Amino acid sequence: MTSIFYARSGMGRKVRAQALVASDGFSARYDLDRIRGVFSRPEHKLAGESYRGRVLVLDAAKGGVATAWMLHEMKARGVMPAALVLNRANPIMVQGAALAEFTMISGFDLDITKAIANGAEVEIDPQAERPFIRVV
Amino acid sequence: MKLTDEEAAMRAGEFGPLRQWAIEHQISVGSYLGAGDFVPVTQAHLMADTESLGRAGVEWLEGWAKLPQPHRQVRVPTITDPRGTDFAHAQRLKQQPWMVDLERRAIAALEALGVLMTDTCINYQTINPPVRGEHLAYGDTGVVIYSNSVCGARSNFEGGPSALSAGLTGRTPRYGYHLDVHRQATFLVELSWTPRALNEWGALGGIVGRLAGDYSQVPTLLGLERVPGPDEMKHFGAALASFGSVALFHIAGITPEATRLDDIMPAGRDLRTHQIGEADIRALQAQYAKDVGEVDLVVFSAPQLSLLEMQMLAGLLDGRSTTIPLLAVTSPQVKPDCDRLGLTARIESAGGTVLSGMCFYQSYAREMAEANGWRRLASNSAKLVNILGGYGYRPVLLSMEECVAAACAGGRLSAGARG
Repeated sequence: MTSIFYARSGMGRKVRAQALVASDGFSARYDLDRIRGVFSRPEHKLAGESYRGRVLVLDAAKGGVATAWMLHEMKARGVMPAALVLNRANPIMVQGAALAEFTMISGFDLDITKAIANGAEVEIDPQAERPFIRVV
Repeated sequence: MKLTDEEAAMRAGEFGPLRQWAIEHQISVGSYLGAGDFVPVTQAHLMADTESLGRAGVEWLEGWAKLPQPHRQVRVPTITDPRGTDFAHAQRLKQQPWMVDLERRAIAALEALGVLMTDTCINYQTINPPVRGEHLAYGDTGVVIYSNSVCGARSNFEGGPSALSAGLTGRTPRYGYHLDVHRQATFLVELSWTPRALNEWGALGGIVGRLAGDYSQVPTLLGLERVPGPDEMKHFGAALASFGSVALFHIAGITPEATRLDDIMPAGRDLRTHQIGEADIRALQAQYAKDVGEVDLVVFSAPQLSLLEMQMLAGLLDGRSTTIPLLAVTSPQVKPDCDRLGLTARIESAGGTVLSGMCFYQSYAREMAEANGWRRLASNSAKLVNILGGYGYRPVLLSMEECVAAACAGGRLSAGARG
């Protein structure tokens, strides 16, 4: 069974951590309690889950422009995910990841939220010639 | 990305370290998103409330603000989205002194960079409405979608760091909605009912946003019975962007790029078509109202209210008294007219509070809820209702009339408002 999945784009550093997976969107402002480090939007499939140090594997970037600052602010307080893996990014996630020097990859040939099991140990290399996520 | 001589010089640091950082940031973003080069922009609009910036973001701005003046000034007019407070009302909102201090520090730093503190998310109604084909670097999703769709201008969602970068370099990476190829319709929505109230336009935006699902989608509406006004377009677009991360829509026969439907239809492709009617809009509103019989406060915000919305609100409050907090948030450009024309006095004599230069969800909404004991909130803004769930609120989407009625009845919702 294939356990490596290639993305079209990536930025940031190599990361290895446990995956937190859901077929749902991501916005730092709409979805998170950034002080407690948990998903706080009641309708979100990860509501109540801690994202601290986890590789978030989600469907699409959602919400407003605030995430572009918020990833930087979350990193400064040390309460942030290890990386973000999305089927579809939007410019705000890319801009936020660039400012925070945060690891993100996006754009797969399959639905990455179906390919990675929740809780799996994963490795991400965004700087590889073809950026990838691999189940360890 | 292909760079001009001037861009290469910026990258080499010849225009100072801030412009060097800015163009590196833009190259990083542009490379990820497939930009081949840069496009000059005429304006930037910067979201920089301190709830998003945090202390780390403010300190980051303050570091750049210490540079010599020629190295720190923006090159194209750069204006701001709402702040995190209205200084005149911070105490009443029970915002903490540290929030107000942080806000003052952010303002000082941004002003040192040459940024105009306009503090508005309705600049397209009040400051300098964009022109068709104009390339921009706008932040605030509601500003971008209105400018792209209603004005025919060209901008991607530019978060604070990227909008600031565009202000400093005078350009932005050419990807997404700067390119013709991404501005064509990707799906169609056939309407069997035309919304009337602003909350209904917002609810329609929410439904279409959920159908869209991501930034690359360009929904195109068919079947509207009349031309929507600017505030209707504003609520529809803001909700569509909020629910769906959408930056461009067309309305056949109405918006400038879709005066002829064929102009925005991709050649040789059949587009999926969705049907939306009155029942769908009522269902979205009912979903929020379920099991809520009473609210703690009423908020009109997101986007900031236009002069005409303020007039409508003042008219609904005439001769009545609110018995729970009612907050009406407008821009610093509209507020003086509200004062001059007596609208502020009419709203406040009924017990409401007129706020200026902030937006409710960008103003420490979670901390305000905890300090004031607020949880259940009524608004006519679908965007606000969509956002506030994550901040611990139980929001309800009602018409402006229903919101005012609840505010004057101790928060109790009428039978109609409860769905």
